[in-house]
Amino acid sequence: MIRMMFGELRKLRRKTLLIPTLIGVALLTAFFTSFVFLRVHSGKPNGARGVLITNDFLSGKNGLVYGFQIMGFFLGIVALCVFASQTAQEYSLGTLRNILVRQPSRLKILMGKYFAMAFFTIWLEIASAVFALSISFALAPHSAISTRAWLTTPGLQLLGETFINIFLGTLAFGTLGMILGLLFRSPITSISIGVLWCLILENILGAVISSTTKWLPGANFANISQGGTSIISYERSLVTSGTYLLFGAIVVAILFKNRDVSN
Amino acid sequence: MSNLAISVSELSKVYGDRQAVSQASFEVPVGSICGFVGPNGSGKTTTMRMLLGLIKPTHGTGTVLGEDIKQPEKYLSHVGAMIEGPAFYPALSGAENLRVLASIGGFSQKKVSTLLEQVGLGDRGDSKYKTYSLGMKQRLGIAAALLPQPKLLVLDEPTNGLDPSGIQEIRNLIKEMAKSGTSIFVSSHLLSELEMISDHLVMLREGKVIFTGRTHDLLAAQNPLLVVRPEFAVDLNKLVEIATKYGKKLTVADGAITIFGANDWAPAFNRLAFESGITLAALSVIQPSLEETFFEMTGE
Repeated sequence: MIRMMFGELRKLRRKTLLIPTLIGVALLTAFFTSFVFLRVHSGKPNGARGVLITNDFLSGKNGLVYGFQIMGFFLGIVALCVFASQTAQEYSLGTLRNILVRQPSRLKILMGKYFAMAFFTIWLEIASAVFALSISFALAPHSAISTRAWLTTPGLQLLGETFINIFLGTLAFGTLGMILGLLFRSPITSISIGVLWCLILENILGAVISSTTKWLPGANFANISQGGTSIISYERSLVTSGTYLLFGAIVVAILFKNRDVSN
Repeated sequence: MSNLAISVSELSKVYGDRQAVSQASFEVPVGSICGFVGPNGSGKTTTMRMLLGLIKPTHGTGTVLGEDIKQPEKYLSHVGAMIEGPAFYPALSGAENLRVLASIGGFSQKKVSTLLEQVGLGDRGDSKYKTYSLGMKQRLGIAAALLPQPKLLVLDEPTNGLDPSGIQEIRNLIKEMAKSGTSIFVSSHLLSELEMISDHLVMLREGKVIFTGRTHDLLAAQNPLLVVRPEFAVDLNKLVEIATKYGKKLTVADGAITIFGANDWAPAFNRLAFESGITLAALSVIQPSLEETFFEMTGE
């Protein structure tokens, strides 16, 4: 499994994947963080989902992590795409047969790939955090926001908690991507279905029947990244997401273990 | 350890109502070069996949390097394989692709450059795989198969896309590997190539083994062929008519007819041609090649 993980990491660190992904994450982070800070005095919504974020809020301990926190959902979508494409492309490129000849234990292949992609997720998250925090510190004086509370013990504690929550939420999205990749065995199909579901269908369902939000996987993964909301508690999202992903992972692991590799 | 690199007994694979491989039984001795031949769709690749643990047999048993094919993890670390052509990550270089596989297999990364040199890709190892020609991709596939210093090499159409000099290089490489004690199980549609290198053969038709044994024994058992070339090409059809009239099985190619199993008939045929006013430019009895034997046996 360790060998598989190192092999997968060699693929993931390739310039054609790592650099565009990092640039994309950096741009999105810069955009969302700047938007919150630069429009704080406009009196118009500047936070996630049209929420008004005030100067007082940003001057508190939350100010340090707010930009980073907004990125949680988007990091999740990036992870979903990376996990799905890296898994499904082994089928579409025919490279799975090479891997299976070198590592016949199929469960070790899955675990190795999963841990490698989890590491990749951490790199992305660290990059996003560094960008978000740097931009927050850079723009705070410009918007007359005090940063005194940011580097206090509660502020740093919140940063740590936010990092863990975003990691768990992003990993949940990634796991969904890997499940879809194994099910559909095509990068385009699995990414399309995953993104369409999380970005569009869940929002429509949630808007039409608001009670469904508590049960929708994407909403629960995003809720983990946010550390819970008044609508869904953090603990409930952890349990709901864990149940969905565990069930999905067992199904695809059984399929992957027993399915013939004939392409 | 068994003196057989591969041994399968009544191996079958069924997809729905299609029997891809039907009760195949054959053996490949250790250290031999065994050609695996059969028309397209005869079950060669399916058999190879079963030997490598990529698909599960519906029925039958087998061993590879003395280990049960149901437990591929016990033998695959000693097996190199290229199945259904090379498959690599397009955005990675050839060398990087090999390093990924070396990492997964637990092999030394230092071998990568040596292997690239060995297959003639030493100067293109750092180029992206997607920029490779078909022949270069094939060479990379062979390099990947050589990563574990295999005791058994399973190659599916290794010379696909290679130019004549590339084919010769691969042929020499296979011979060298066999000399160093590696058993080779190789399929190819270039039967003349297989005839040159194989000391054993397994022949498949419609999923069934129709011959397994030494190449020499197969060829020696075949009836010689009568090759007839008329002086004038316009007489070719008349010669075909004569041979057909006497119930002979034949093929026509390059201005000559080849009559199967008719070496004793040469004087009689010469006389019949003469009586029909046809002058023969050539009349010779030859031993059939593997290709001719293959066509005869498979009815292709």
